[in-house]
Amino acid sequence: MTDTMIRTSALTKRFTVKKETVEAVRGLDLRVMRGEMVALLGPNGAGKSTTLRMLTTLLPPTSGEAEVAGFDVVTRQREVRARIGYIGQGNGAGHSQRGRDELISQGRAYGLSVADARRRAQELIDSLDLGAVADRVVSSLSGGQRRRLDIAMGLIHAPELLFLDEPSTGLDPQNRANLQEHVVRMHAEHGTTIVLTTHYLDEADALADRVIVIDHGKLIADDTPERLKADHAGDRITLTFDSEDELRRAEGHTLGITAARTGLTLTLRADGGRHLVQKLMRGFDEAGVHVSAVEVARPTLDDVFLALTGRSLREENQA
Amino acid sequence: MIHDTTIVFSRELRPVLRDPFSVIFTMVQPLFFLVLFSPLLPEETGLQWFVPGMIVMSCLFGAGSTGGNLLFEMQTGSHERMLVSPLRRSALIVGRALKEIVPTMVHSVLIIAITIPFGFRPHAGAVFGLLLLAIMCVGLGALSYSLALASKNKEWIFWAVQQTISFPLLLLAGMLLPIEGGPAWLQFLSKLNPLSYLVNAERELFNGEVFTANVGLGLLAAVGVAALGLWVGTRQMRHAVA
Repeated sequence: MTDTMIRTSALTKRFTVKKETVEAVRGLDLRVMRGEMVALLGPNGAGKSTTLRMLTTLLPPTSGEAEVAGFDVVTRQREVRARIGYIGQGNGAGHSQRGRDELISQGRAYGLSVADARRRAQELIDSLDLGAVADRVVSSLSGGQRRRLDIAMGLIHAPELLFLDEPSTGLDPQNRANLQEHVVRMHAEHGTTIVLTTHYLDEADALADRVIVIDHGKLIADDTPERLKADHAGDRITLTFDSEDELRRAEGHTLGITAARTGLTLTLRADGGRHLVQKLMRGFDEAGVHVSAVEVARPTLDDVFLALTGRSLREENQA
Repeated sequence: MIHDTTIVFSRELRPVLRDPFSVIFTMVQPLFFLVLFSPLLPEETGLQWFVPGMIVMSCLFGAGSTGGNLLFEMQTGSHERMLVSPLRRSALIVGRALKEIVPTMVHSVLIIAITIPFGFRPHAGAVFGLLLLAIMCVGLGALSYSLALASKNKEWIFWAVQQTISFPLLLLAGMLLPIEGGPAWLQFLSKLNPLSYLVNAERELFNGEVFTANVGLGLLAAVGVAALGLWVGTRQMRHAVA
């Protein structure tokens, strides 16, 4: 039993598209310990999925090395494959198949006996609430049901390490919450090491013990969500005024903190927001400046991404 | 390897077993030829000549288009899921190709059963004929899967190539009309088509001639195509990336 589940050094993937070389992943050094829940966060095209594909033996690296569950992803593919679970962006279960059949054949593929595969399939059907649809053709299932079936497929052999590629893309908020709940439960109950990619900030924030921010194929930050926020982005204080005049006067009393102006609001970034607001308000009071609304927001991972790259991840995703 | 192949084979077969009628729906094409084309044939050819060709045709189109199923699974994601599983890559292609035997046999038996009331009389040698056919459909199936893997996510490439290849193979094998009366260049092209040898062998087998040179050539052609298909397919599946 090793305690390091994933170790990569200078992992690199280059693609040649129309005679142009694209570096999808550039010299990535990662380390994931047993039992961790790690999110790879970054905009579309940042190299998250390419990284995952290399770690799951789907794609050979151009250079660098990666060891997963103690085995090299290039020279010991079979050993790696037997130890990991993978839930890709698509549907693991064939659309012309029935869910239960696919679960059983998936179990057989991982070396379970027919009886064990059947029993395990039933367990997962129960725990993922698939009883009503398990014996129907997969193509007739709803998006949320299919996603739950994908999870069941990935868990059939109770892997020690599970990869999820954009698990909640395309799901409505309710199904997303439901899926996240399953991931959290599986992590808590079985101590499964989980690596997931996501471009949803709240998902990374809610699920991960550790967030690895990737941009243009490079690791740009790697820490707990709390530390990332504390280190890279302060609290956001938003002050709203009734008039241009009030706002202009208030600008002279921001305790030396630079304030960004939009319309009738001022936005300040600083640590210890709550405490600071009290000081600010006292200063405004003394100067006779009337503030019509005050809001203090804890930083989000988007603020972190913005601080690190100068771009907003939220806008990148919409673009 | 056998364990893995069995898993892939039975997985592929399962939708067919769950819904047996789907097999019958896929055999309308040879039936159309039997009903709408065979009456136009000259007297001396007739069903005894035509039916063995139709059986090869159903294998050509059935096994030849099966790559479409894999293509669909490449798009939906289950192919990727199987590539990550510890199943041997070679089993992913061999199991699938072997499964082609089942629908091909069902189609052949149905075609024979349907034509018997109309005067078709298969000889016992037909059993050996079906064996040759089974070998050929494994090869054609494997080639079709290879084509699907090569087309990656460009579905149109698969269908364009599949259609472009299937029709000349069909016509040059003399399935619909005898090649013997044709011009020399056409006869030459026909000799390059492995299916020609299978069609000739089937005709002799269904009509009671078993130990002939043509049957030997048919066997050779079937084994050759199967070996080529499995070799190409295994190579491609080994290098498949997703």
